[in-house]
Amino acid sequence: MRYLPLTDRDRKEMLKSINAAGINDLYRDVPKEAWLNEPIGLPNHASELQVERHFQKLADQNQAAFSGPFFVGAGAYRHHVPASVDHLIQRGEFLTSYTPYQPEISQGTLQYLFEFQTQVALLTGMDVANASLYDGSTGCAEAILMAQRVTRRRQAILSGNLHGQYRDVAETVTQFTDEKMDKLEPCPENPEQDYERILRHLNKDTSCVVVQNPDVFGHIRDLTPLAEAVHEKGALLVVVVTEAVSFGALKSPGEMGADIVVGEGQSIGGGLNFGGPYLGLFATRDQFVRQMPGRLCGETVDEQGTRGYVLTLSTREQHIRREKATSNICTNSGLTALAFTIHMTLLGEKGIRALAMLNHKKACELRDTLKGIPSIEVLNKAFFNEISVKLPIPAAAVVERLAEIGILGGVPASRIFPGVDNVGNILILAATELNEESDFKALGKGLKEVLK
Amino acid sequence: MSTYTGNRGLDINEPLLFEIGNLERTGVEIPEIEDFENALGGLERSGPIGTPGLSEPETMRHFTRLSRKNFAIDMGIFPLGSCTMKHNPRLNEKMARIPGLSDIHPLQPFSTVQGSLGVMKELADWLTGLTGMPAVALSPKAGANGELCGLMAIRAALEDTGNAREFVLIPESAHGTNPATAALCGYKVKSIPVNDKGRVDLDAFLRELDEMGETIAAIMLTNPNTCGLFESDIIKIADAVHNIGAYFYCDGANFNAIVGKIRPGDLGIDAMHINLHKTFSTPHGGGGPGSGPVVFSEALAPFVPVPYLVADGEKLSLKEALDGTDKAFGRLTAFHGQMGMYIRALSYIMSHGEDGLRQVAEDAVLNANYILEHLKDVMTPSFDGPCMHEALFDDRFLKGTGVETLDFAKAMIDEGFHPMTMYFPLVVHGAILIEPTETESKRTLDQFIAALRDLAKAAREGDVERFTKAPHLAPMKRLDETAAARNPVLRWRES
Amino acid sequence: MIKYSKDHEWIRVDGDQGVVGISDYAQESLGDIVFVELPEVGASFSSKDEVAVVESVKAASEIYTPVGGEITAVNKDLAGDLSLVNSSPMEGGWFYKIKISDLSELDRLMDEAAYNKYVETLS
Repeated sequence: MRYLPLTDRDRKEMLKSINAAGINDLYRDVPKEAWLNEPIGLPNHASELQVERHFQKLADQNQAAFSGPFFVGAGAYRHHVPASVDHLIQRGEFLTSYTPYQPEISQGTLQYLFEFQTQVALLTGMDVANASLYDGSTGCAEAILMAQRVTRRRQAILSGNLHGQYRDVAETVTQFTDEKMDKLEPCPENPEQDYERILRHLNKDTSCVVVQNPDVFGHIRDLTPLAEAVHEKGALLVVVVTEAVSFGALKSPGEMGADIVVGEGQSIGGGLNFGGPYLGLFATRDQFVRQMPGRLCGETVDEQGTRGYVLTLSTREQHIRREKATSNICTNSGLTALAFTIHMTLLGEKGIRALAMLNHKKACELRDTLKGIPSIEVLNKAFFNEISVKLPIPAAAVVERLAEIGILGGVPASRIFPGVDNVGNILILAATELNEESDFKALGKGLKEVLK
Repeated sequence: MSTYTGNRGLDINEPLLFEIGNLERTGVEIPEIEDFENALGGLERSGPIGTPGLSEPETMRHFTRLSRKNFAIDMGIFPLGSCTMKHNPRLNEKMARIPGLSDIHPLQPFSTVQGSLGVMKELADWLTGLTGMPAVALSPKAGANGELCGLMAIRAALEDTGNAREFVLIPESAHGTNPATAALCGYKVKSIPVNDKGRVDLDAFLRELDEMGETIAAIMLTNPNTCGLFESDIIKIADAVHNIGAYFYCDGANFNAIVGKIRPGDLGIDAMHINLHKTFSTPHGGGGPGSGPVVFSEALAPFVPVPYLVADGEKLSLKEALDGTDKAFGRLTAFHGQMGMYIRALSYIMSHGEDGLRQVAEDAVLNANYILEHLKDVMTPSFDGPCMHEALFDDRFLKGTGVETLDFAKAMIDEGFHPMTMYFPLVVHGAILIEPTETESKRTLDQFIAALRDLAKAAREGDVERFTKAPHLAPMKRLDETAAARNPVLRWRES
Repeated sequence: MIKYSKDHEWIRVDGDQGVVGISDYAQESLGDIVFVELPEVGASFSSKDEVAVVESVKAASEIYTPVGGEITAVNKDLAGDLSLVNSSPMEGGWFYKIKISDLSELDRLMDEAAYNKYVETLS
């Protein structure tokens, strides 16, 4: 047992020194009927080499993203992460530390959280950001609950073009509260229609309007008029951003009038990892800070007047407020937030802007490829690095066929909007800096073949 | 002595990134692109974002210097009660980074991710096997999210019978997440008292149950509990709860004490979350990401949220849609949960195997009792008898010394230890909760015990400055938390 | 006349006007106050309604109004200096003024001697 330092001799000595007859003597408070009298029958311990071989075997059963042309997005994006990011987050002082409850010996974690909060506030164009949440989808539900606390109203309007799984999470998390979710129908072909529906549903009971930008189909739009309409009714505008790289190219949600910005931060510093762990970004305006969920790091001084950082405003949190807390959240995503901060530091202003424009250029190339296929209709006029197309046949089948010829060709909208009528033939594709010309060629050729 | 730079040897000051970086500098090379007609629809960012950059060598140095201001398990004992800060094997990190497992998108077709689904299947089998419970929801993102999952399943099951009921019973000693979760599920919280043995007061509890009857939806209990003790009446509690048609939620934060030795399923538990970052050693990473799968009894199994695994012969897939074809109570997260953590936990579980995990529990309990026994004559244990994986003391031994629990903890920092959990659980005064875990050697424990004995002696002998001014030797002195909260400065701004 | 509630609020009464704050015992147990949320002037409350929230670094506590009535003023000085609640809980650190709707509600509260005795039983 390579992870257990005690030897049998240690155990004997220790038991003797505490006057215990045997190890089970220490378990004497356990009711007799609960004792396991024989082994459960699960496998016994394995060596490093055995474990490595086992996982490699499992890995070999996957068709990984790097194995061919790759265009899958819809809430998680494949980007290049500099080698130093993963090296730094694996330093034991970061990896094996805990939530910084003892600030005198946790300034490393606290300072990077302060830097992270600042970076997120700047990127989103907001006043203040928290020290991260689990991911974008749970953050979105938290934003809706926060809007309820701020406005004391009970009805949230969810844009039809908000990621389907985000909508499901919001609905699930609020199902036993008195908050009502007004879920609009997806509008893959005409985002303006979604916008009009929101305005029609907006009223004096609306707590917030939740929109995604770029939306799940890749459309982007100026939210300024929407923000004005929402504010006129005394409601809050929650803007969800699932592709954090887009902050480098687009007008920030704050500039367009958002009150709460929720982001999925995986694109910066994070890998795909089959869906997690990811990184929830959460930013808002100064006036709402005490209604915010999650941990916050703040600046202060020590007894000698030296600047330092502490977790602060923790009276909002569950360990103090218990059932009156702003949220039941306990952990944040410390390590993925660190990866984000390091990657953002390497990018800097210059890097994030260049990276964003490169992504957009690749998406334009993707659009051109798709436009060259007669039976396909490209649905986006304005977009960032993701676009949607309408196919003559169901998209799910097309994606399966493409996978058979080694192309991971996007996400069928039916996968994230199961049971919704008008999205069966819609395919969502993303392009990033990792896509090369040969990928676009292969995709074009593959699609022509599959749609023949 | 003071130095010109303010640095002290290896302890080097590091300004904020915003004070040393600038908008021109970068540590990456992005290929230049030629002008092209963009399709941003006039939504281009106009002014600068304001996020400074650093070159790669500066970045390495900035974060390396920061890292050195942290205490970590890799450096020494981190005995935070209730947090299970055990060694994080690096094999787990290596496995999670195998490109064929990490470079996989969550929305690829199932036919292309059979290996990843295989990881989920194997982890699910281990968790159900070790707990003796038939079903599992892997997707919860952390312990508190797992609690939400468990309680939502309970509410869904009750609603299915037509009566959601009103109250959740929670002992005074519970984690704060428990009542916060109950509130989010629309339940009122009723607190149940703890007896002088540190356990649920069975008589008071049965009386409460009698009086409130079918208004009770569930009890949320931590076992082993937050006082580090096994709830010896747990089976009677479970029976009584089931008798009125209510459910038993167990906070599994302390599963480390019993893994491989006792199955929660045999105790009558209906739902329990397992913090993979505690019992199964996925790294805490300065506060997450965690992962909190929930195991369920037969009665709650039908209500498990999507996504859940479906096996068709050898072929695996996920049920993802909320289409009314099952009783799933909903979806707690986009995608499928903390896959990276599943891999690490599975790597750890396989490494230990059933025999090793049993040894984990036994060594964790032995180490805690070793500390309890060797400190009980100089510190004051809150309850009699052996503990499970953590030893609870209160502050009676500090009475009249002018030293408080907080000061005692800060003095431990000077001795090179991370302090234990303080002031939790709330049921004892000035709580000191020590959880060494199984990955500490006898040599470390002996030194830790000797140091705490010396501190207890110094407090008794009136060496108050050693405590109230502590830490003397950390990178920082005590920080002014009042100032931080009165005038919150939550980000850097150009002055 | 000054009266106290079991929740450690005090009220100083002059005719049908009352001034409310938290007791010295309350500020001492909470520690340094870092945030106070006060009610809106003009709002009406029944006795025992939650009217304010007070927070220290480690604790948060709801303030329940000892008597019902209409809020006529709140202590604006607290916005600039919360330490008043700690340094002068009975004077400069008051929370709000209330026009008492039912003076008989005062009978249910403790006088200073009774309150001091009550506090002794707590420690």
